[in-house]
Amino acid sequence: MRLVTFTRLNLLTILALSMLALTPQAHAASATRATEFKLDNGMDVVVIPDHRSPVVTHMVWYRVGSADEVRGKSGIAHFLEHLMFKSTDKIPVGEFSKIVSRLGGQDNAFTGHDTTAYFQRVSKDRLGKMMEMEADRMVHLRLDEKEVLTERNVILEERRSRIDNNPSALLDEQMNAALYLNDPYGTPVIGWYNEMEKLSRQDALTFYKHYYAPNNAILVVSGDVTPDEVRKLAEDTYGKIPANPDVNPVRHRPSEPPPIAARRLELKDPRAGNYSMQRYYLAPSYVTANRSGEAEALDLLMKIAGSGTTSRIYKKLVVESKLASSAGGDYSGYGLDGGTISLYAVASDGVSLPKVEAGVDAVLDDIVKNGVTEAELARAKRSYLADYVYESDNQATLARRYGWNMAVGRTVADIEGWPDAISKVTTDDVKKVAAKYLNPRASVTGYLVPDESGVAKAEDLPPPSPNGVLR
Amino acid sequence: MLSLPRGIATVVRTVARLNVAVALAMLAFVLIPSFSQPAAAMNIQQIQSPGGIKAWLVEEHSVPLISLKYAFDGGNSQDPEGKAGVANFITAMMDEGAGDLKSEQYQERMEDLAMRMSYDDTKDSLYGSFETLSANRDKAAELLKLSVQHPRFDQDAVERIRQQLIANLIYADKDPGKVAMREWYAQAFAGHPYARPSSGTVDTVSKITRDDLLAYHKRIFARDNLKVVAVGDITPAELGKLIDDVFGGLPAKADLLPVAKTEPIPGGSQRVIDMGVPQSVAVFGLGAMPRMDPDFMTAFVVNHILGGGGFSAKLMEEVREKRGLAYSVYTYIQPDRYTSILVGSVATKNASMAESLDIIRKEMKKMAENGPTQADLDAAKSYLTGSYALRFDTNSKIASQLLGLMQEGFGPDYVETRNKKIEAITLADAKRVAARLLKPENLIVTVVGKPAGMKSVIPAALRPVAAPSRG
Repeated sequence: MRLVTFTRLNLLTILALSMLALTPQAHAASATRATEFKLDNGMDVVVIPDHRSPVVTHMVWYRVGSADEVRGKSGIAHFLEHLMFKSTDKIPVGEFSKIVSRLGGQDNAFTGHDTTAYFQRVSKDRLGKMMEMEADRMVHLRLDEKEVLTERNVILEERRSRIDNNPSALLDEQMNAALYLNDPYGTPVIGWYNEMEKLSRQDALTFYKHYYAPNNAILVVSGDVTPDEVRKLAEDTYGKIPANPDVNPVRHRPSEPPPIAARRLELKDPRAGNYSMQRYYLAPSYVTANRSGEAEALDLLMKIAGSGTTSRIYKKLVVESKLASSAGGDYSGYGLDGGTISLYAVASDGVSLPKVEAGVDAVLDDIVKNGVTEAELARAKRSYLADYVYESDNQATLARRYGWNMAVGRTVADIEGWPDAISKVTTDDVKKVAAKYLNPRASVTGYLVPDESGVAKAEDLPPPSPNGVLR
Repeated sequence: MLSLPRGIATVVRTVARLNVAVALAMLAFVLIPSFSQPAAAMNIQQIQSPGGIKAWLVEEHSVPLISLKYAFDGGNSQDPEGKAGVANFITAMMDEGAGDLKSEQYQERMEDLAMRMSYDDTKDSLYGSFETLSANRDKAAELLKLSVQHPRFDQDAVERIRQQLIANLIYADKDPGKVAMREWYAQAFAGHPYARPSSGTVDTVSKITRDDLLAYHKRIFARDNLKVVAVGDITPAELGKLIDDVFGGLPAKADLLPVAKTEPIPGGSQRVIDMGVPQSVAVFGLGAMPRMDPDFMTAFVVNHILGGGGFSAKLMEEVREKRGLAYSVYTYIQPDRYTSILVGSVATKNASMAESLDIIRKEMKKMAENGPTQADLDAAKSYLTGSYALRFDTNSKIASQLLGLMQEGFGPDYVETRNKKIEAITLADAKRVAARLLKPENLIVTVVGKPAGMKSVIPAALRPVAAPSRG
């Protein structure tokens, strides 16, 4: 019980699950859930009714994320997300969350490479007020110079908490930087410290004015509401904001050149604890696979290869050869520019990382060569179906599923047509994507190595902020 | 279930305005009763199985799922002397084979049935969670029964899980937040079972044997210390049969070692533990009112105002919003069975820890001397009553909430009366209880990192006399 809300950190996992698949049975179990329409100003609206409890989840998703930042301003998308809680013409500094709280609601926001989302969970009779406030800050944000500088220190502390205090997160950051030669996915969402500490009020406002508009946003409401109720409230709030013709609906991203060299790196850190390895491969996402079925096949591949204790990797490395104390893998198919296959293993005591890596590679080679069995595929499909049904218990999870997909350009029909797409995947499809995408040239492999020699002295990272304490 | 080492299993690519720890603090009270007016229609039935096991049930037939949550009194404070970590070990072993099914067979069977089962240990209880699709109910319950009554604890599985637990402990030893919390308990409850690290240490986990697991299972998995709640697509008669099947074969009585009532050592102390990280983490806390104390609910509200209420809380306002010193700062009240504490945490760059803790002490003192304002109290009451329903919007959350109430000895009517108790709190109550609760001179502080200008200050009388052991 204890862990009711690890949602924000685990969002990826949830999304990964949610993007996974359904089967015809899931379809039957849950039927069509969402109603979709558009306001006159171009704002998309999705409504997912669930009348079991008198509460709603209200989210606004912008089709902009950190991968849309201009070079040199890394972290501005996320910084702006923080600053959106400051003030507007109507709402005094710092009052946004306090008002939500006084109304018995909970609010927060998050930023990814492709999207930025703001949400409140609240009693159904407060939905109109939430929309009014969210619509207000969509175009009337006010930023005070001092507030901005104070908040900049907050995001630097956030970076220390999430990344700099955690060697695994540092390795992940280095690996992404190496994996993407040109695509902005190589830059961390939170930003590089040396650029974050220079972000300004003007940077935030420029980004805001460029991207925050109803015609670049998606409203998602799940819970105890009907589509008609939402339409009325949305027209009275968001509907009053004119579209911004300067917002370009087509998102231009630098694309990756063909990968020609496997990349490898090693992070030595006195805080590493265990010897571990990770590997990422470039792969298509549900968006870039463009309904070819490859993304669905990749989901099933990685379920069979790396998900949980029944997976091939776990059985081989942890149960049988005992090279690793834990090991697994995953496919993330939610990106606008592409997806990734990821693998990890923590070496057993005294086992060298190259030996562990060879063990992982042997499992992958076997799949590439011999494919997966019908029984494995059937089990993986069943498992995804179940995840989908379980998910229907949670309105907040559903709101995220629809919002994220829509934000990267997928449609309600895509989301709800998943069962069919998954059910069509064959063992041959899985074998094909394994052969095609488990390509060493499109990969980066990282070792995390405990090191007592002080090579990566933690206290030297990152450089001290020149801003010091404000006031 | 085991959690995978942070940052290894999933690639975290979203960042949020507020992290997990804060979100937890906002919900405050994770495993406690819980508060807010859920669906008026929610009908909590108290049933007794033909075999005499009592349970609470909320029927919800609109989603084809069943959530069963149960708890056995006796968590990790029942670990044998010198074997800290046995309860935690058990939680990772429950899906590692039962009856005639070896580990791999058991897990594949779980996956085939899409059954979800997990365990968690706290100081006072061992929690189980079981979820199934309605269609697989009987088969999944049969599998659950095997695990509850006849876990195998095969030697090879024990060794495999031991390696994972040890790897996790090695990671945790390098995580400043985890070390700070563990050492805070060691400092605050020296000499009492609560002082022991709940997941054990590398040393103790290395020593735990299969016999230790069997012995703990025999002592703790019984009927007289069991509480059960079910929510979902099941009738009272069906639930009665299910819980008889699953739990009926357990011994009538648990064999619990007595645990003494205790409270954090008064007098205040500050301990600094050196770790090479750019950001220090502090855990601070003191004794609070027990759950059944007439002032408990008022203390809960006072804590919300001080540090539990996210962006509405004083500490967040002073440390983060005004000064940008930290990303997260929060407090919560945790009423364990044999003690009750108010505990909090702050993470900030090494240079700012001393200043941050000064501010926190000042705010506590101010709250103790003046109490909250009427506006503070009104806002807190408004949030706490208005948001109660948010704890009841999924089957799984409802089950957790009700199990918490059951464990604390409340009846189902608590759900209806809880908001009235909060409404009844007056400003005079809040001021009196703030003074009773907040005594900064008793604050026990543990800091991990390289906090500038801070040293351990531990009055001689408070120095731990011996290694933590069962008192």
